Formats: sequence, structure tokens, C-alpha cells
Amino acid sequence: MKKLFAILVLVLAWALPSTAQDNASEEKESVDVKGIIFGHLKDSYEWHVLSTGSRDFIIDLPVILYSKVSGWHFFMSDKLEETGSYDGFRIASEGAHAGRLMEVLPDGSELKPLDLSLTKVALGIIINCTLLCIIIMCTARWYRGRGESDAAPRGFVGLMEYVIAMIVDDVIKPSVGKDYRRYAPLLLTLFFFILLSNIMGLIPIFPAGANVTGNIAVTLFLALITFFTVNVFGNREYWKEILWPDVPVFLKAPVPLLPFIEIIGIFTKPFALTVRLFANMTAGHAIILSLTCVIFITARMGPFIGTPMTVISVFFMVFMNCLELLVAYIQAYVFTMLSAVFIGLSRPEHEGKKEITNK
Amino acid sequence: MDLLIPEVGTLVWMLLAAGIVFFILVKWGFPMITGMVDRRSDYIDKSLDAARKATERLEGIQGECDALLKETRAEKARILKEASDRRDEIIAEAESRAKEAGEKIISDAREQIRQEKEEAMRSLRRQVAELSVQVAEKVVLKQLDSDEEQLEMIDRMIEDVKTGK
Repeated sequence: MKKLFAILVLVLAWALPSTAQDNASEEKESVDVKGIIFGHLKDSYEWHVLSTGSRDFIIDLPVILYSKVSGWHFFMSDKLEETGSYDGFRIASEGAHAGRLMEVLPDGSELKPLDLSLTKVALGIIINCTLLCIIIMCTARWYRGRGESDAAPRGFVGLMEYVIAMIVDDVIKPSVGKDYRRYAPLLLTLFFFILLSNIMGLIPIFPAGANVTGNIAVTLFLALITFFTVNVFGNREYWKEILWPDVPVFLKAPVPLLPFIEIIGIFTKPFALTVRLFANMTAGHAIILSLTCVIFITARMGPFIGTPMTVISVFFMVFMNCLELLVAYIQAYVFTMLSAVFIGLSRPEHEGKKEITNK
Repeated sequence: MDLLIPEVGTLVWMLLAAGIVFFILVKWGFPMITGMVDRRSDYIDKSLDAARKATERLEGIQGECDALLKETRAEKARILKEASDRRDEIIAEAESRAKEAGEKIISDAREQIRQEKEEAMRSLRRQVAELSVQVAEKVVLKQLDSDEEQLEMIDRMIEDVKTGK
């Protein structure tokens, strides 16, 4: 209790002069909560690492554009810093492509170029992939030259083996069914990529901090992997159940009602996977960022509101970060489990009709 | 809301980076780990099975040993008993034989004695008869002299017989 009081006094002492300072500039700027939150959630052309009052630490990233009108364009993102426009391209402030570079045509209209820039998320993807590759290959390398009668690994490799064995035994094996061994590496890769990206998204400082799994293109790509795995390796029974299901004929004969629903189902499954992961991670980040903004908003309302609200908001932020760690794991788990279930459903087996190719 | 529109550039980078890394991990990373985990769990299963079998076998051997020991003890007791029975039997037989032989010897001896006695009796009777005949002969030969002579002679003859015998 004494400790808590001491902290409170400290915070108060710190809050008083700072708010006094802020009061002077209050008229000039108010906190742009929406801008801060979306600025963190969205992709950007440069990687803003941190600001220390007067200076911003920014990692400049290459911008790669292909326009049908003017061909290829390469430049670094620091060119965009001043005005948001360079070389006939401008960052759109509104519309469907807000925050993205648009080509300004001579007649004043805007055209979306093919944007292959190494953005913050793209760099985040590369960092996460490299890290994942290092982690898994280091783990795998431990097994080289060791036999099954050697002692089980300890430390980090032991932890990895434990998690892998758990995912395989609890998720993949019961969901996929008989030939789960064939799909286990892919599903494990998905699991660890999502888990690593989620955790990296929660760490605020470079090289972590890119909102990779909160980007819908990334989650779409992951869901597409599941989509292709399901539909390419689905067996005859799976397609029969979609195109000619075991229902009364009038449901499928003149008007293919059920086949139509089933075909829509093929596409809704990856769509659900995409949106679930994206929305969960985005929401988590948005809440943490909002709680952070609470500090800056209430600090402007004077020390008597600002100080307790700061304490409360920090407390909630710590809580939310813990929750987000849990969500990071759960979402990776859920994505893997649903992918495994979809793969399992694409390989149905009827009694007396054993698949020869499966063996 | 461009947050909800997948960006082509991000997809391309994802395809490039994640594609390569996923390929490496799916091909070489995870199969190595899962393969080893599977092999180890198989190995553990096999080892447990072998251990169980060994324990069972050991228990079997223990049981066999016990049974063998028991059997041996029983056999020993049986052999000892048989030997003692046989000994008793032999002794009893020997005794009975000895008894038989003794009885036979005794009865033989008795028989011989009896026969010899009979023989002696017979020869005695014959001698008495001969003597009687000789006495009668001498009496008949010496009759007519005198009665005294006659009597004297009979006495003498009896005396002769007595001494002659």
C-alpha cells in the first residue's frame, strides 16, 4: 500500500509540470486518436521507430511502383516525408486507397499503380519469416546425427518439441484423421508463423512491431494456403459431396440448390479464416492503442483527472497486453485447428470404400 | 477503409518471403522434428513393451524355478521314502528267510534223529530176535542132559549174549 502511494506521488510530481507545459500548447493541437490508431494499424511506406521530442527515428524503405502510364519507379520513402508526393505520385488522403501512393495524371485524376513497395508490413513479413526459419531450422538441426534412443532435448529445443508434439497430437491428429503426417509440416508452419507474427506485433520496438497478422493481405494469403490445400488434395468423395450430395433429388436436380450452397461454402471457409485472424489482431492492437491514447487525452484535462486515469490506463494496458499474448496463441491455435478440420473434411471416407491412394 | 482491402504489393511480398520460408520449413524443417518425435515415441513404446516382456519372462523364470525346486524336494522325499521302504523290506525278507532256513535245518535234524532212532530200534529188534533165535537154538541142542545142566547152560548162554553183545 505504501509502495502504491509512493508511485502515485511520483506520477503526480511528474504529471504536474508536464501538464503545465501542455496547457500552453493546448490550443495548437489536440490528440488525433483516430490518426494515431490507424497510423499504427495500417501499413506505411516508412518504418517510424520512435520519436524523442525533437527527433524522429525513421527507417526509410524502398518504394517500388509500376504504372501503366509511366513505367517503373524506384525511390526511397524519405522523399515522401515532406509533402507526401514525389515523382508524379501522391499519397491519397481519402477514398478506397487512403494512405496509398496514387499516380496523379496530367488531367488531375488519380490512378492506382502496381505498388510493390517494401512497406513496413512487407519488411515485417521478411523479418518474421527469417526469424521463423532460423528458429525452426536451428531446432531441426539439433536432431541431425541423433538417434531415437538418444536423450530427449532440453531447453529451447525441448520447448519447441513439446509445443510441436502438442499441436500435432491435440490439433492435427484428431482433426485431419488418418494421413495427418502428410499435412502436419504445413499446418505447423502456419501455426508458428501466425504465433510468431502475433507476438512480434505486440512488441512495440523495431525489429518487431509491424502489424503483420493484422494486415488482411497476410491473413488472406494464409487462408489461401488452406484453401488450395483443401481443394487440391480433396478426394473424390469430397467433390461428390459438394456437387452431388446425398440428399433428396429435388434439392439438387433441376435447380442445384445444395451444390450451390456447398460451392459458396468452399469460399466462405477461407474468408472466415482471413477475417477472424485479421479482426482479432486488429481489435487487440486498437484497444491497446486506445488505452495508450487515454493517457494523452486525460493529461490535457489537468493533473487531477490525468493522473488517476494514467494509472488506470497503464494498469489496463498491462492487462490487455497479457490478454493479447493469450489471444496471439489462441488465434494461431484456432487458425491451425480450423485448417486441419477443413483438410480433414476434404478427405472423407465411406465405409467399405477405402481409398487406395491414401495408403 | 483501406484496412479491409488486401494490398497486392503485400500479397506479392508475402508470396515471395513466406513462400520460400514455408517451402523450406515444410520440406526440411518440420518433418525432421516430427519424424524424430514419432520415432522416439515408437522407440519408447517398443522399449516399454520389451521391458514388460522381460519382466513377465523374469517372473516366469522365477515361477519355473520355484516349481522345479518344489518338484525336486518332492522327488527327494519320495526317493528317501522308497529307499527306507526297500531297506525295511530287505531286512524283513532276510529275517523271514533266515527263520525259514533255521526251521528247515531244525526240522531236518529232527527228521534225521527220528529216522536214526527208528533205524536203531529196528536193528535192536532184529538183534533181540536173532539172539532169541540163537538162545532157542542152544537150548534145543543141549536139552536132554539134566535140568541143572540145562539151566546152567541157559544162564551161561545168557551170560554169553550179555558179554558178547
